[in-house]
Amino acid sequence: MHEVDMTRALVRSMQSWRQGHRPQQPKVSRVNLQVGAFTCVEPEQLLFTWKVAIANSWLEGAQLAIEPVPLLGRCLACASIYTPEAEQGYRSPCCSHLMEEIVSGRELRIRSVDYELVEANPPPNSQPDPAAAM
Amino acid sequence: MHMPLEDNLGLNLLAANQHQAAHNREHFDTWQLLCINVMSSPGAGKTSLLERSLPLLATDFAMAVLEGDMTTQLDAERLEAVGVPVVPITTGRSCHLDAAMVGGGLRLLRQRLDPASLDLLWVENVGNLVCPAEFEVGEHRKVALLSVTEGEDKPLKYPVMFREADCVLITKTDLLPYLPVQVERIEAHIKQVNPRCAVLRVSASSGAGIEAWHLWLRQQVAAQRAALLATPAPRPGSAAAPLSLAR
Repeated sequence: MHEVDMTRALVRSMQSWRQGHRPQQPKVSRVNLQVGAFTCVEPEQLLFTWKVAIANSWLEGAQLAIEPVPLLGRCLACASIYTPEAEQGYRSPCCSHLMEEIVSGRELRIRSVDYELVEANPPPNSQPDPAAAM
Repeated sequence: MHMPLEDNLGLNLLAANQHQAAHNREHFDTWQLLCINVMSSPGAGKTSLLERSLPLLATDFAMAVLEGDMTTQLDAERLEAVGVPVVPITTGRSCHLDAAMVGGGLRLLRQRLDPASLDLLWVENVGNLVCPAEFEVGEHRKVALLSVTEGEDKPLKYPVMFREADCVLITKTDLLPYLPVQVERIEAHIKQVNPRCAVLRVSASSGAGIEAWHLWLRQQVAAQRAALLATPAPRPGSAAAPLSLAR
């Protein structure tokens, strides 16, 4: 379940982003991710662990949108772009060249965040920040 | 009323970890040492390799080890026995070391010695072929171990780990006579996912291949020293911009 650690890392990165908006509080509706095929992350697992991780936190209700990015290589023999297949040893179909250059597929990227800013001073009866416990 | 906003971040998902990793690396560069992150599946022989290598390297290099372990300090005790300072880092539930844990290990290390006196800092990661591949700790080089008993197809099953490695050590080669394994096929599979890395065969128990591995290490130490001479040493905290400004 390494997606648990990935999600924790993502939440930490989101917290750093949130610091940049102080004293205003961003209310996040959606986090748009790009996840490459040549990474250790399984998008479905990430969606599940995300829901668990953000429950009762400042990110509660934020949707995670995952855009998969395919693995693409560039053949260093003829410069053509190809889709490396594990069954073919990731070699280029054109020249049977080894996978030296990866063009895409290593992405683990927060592409953008959709959010609103709520007023700086929360009402006095507001709950303490649950994210502080994360 | 609230305006819907969108920040285009283009930030790595692991940005917070990478930020800390960059901070660690600034320290390493200030101290002018080479940091090597050693990774493998559990039982591939990371600790045995260090037990074999550290006494031999100690004549030329001042070294220390940050030893990641999920629950115990057994590996740290084994390495302390060879006379190299070891800082154990217990990761608890987590199946890898992250940059913040290594940063904590560095603070403990500094209580025991001056890191600027070191040439090599080893980070022995938690045994796992998945997460450590994606979580940088600030290392200059990644070394992955794959023992011959793990089978020929592991590089294809865990391609990210072997893609990320600068050097892959095929370990336990003394067992090859007893196994239906072709080491050439393991090497070919490593080259398929990572044509550029060094691939070396070693046996920590017989000592075979250890000299070639140490030669690779010496080359990396020399290359790192040359790289540091070419660029002025950073002041810790100067280079990595605050994350919040990255948007």
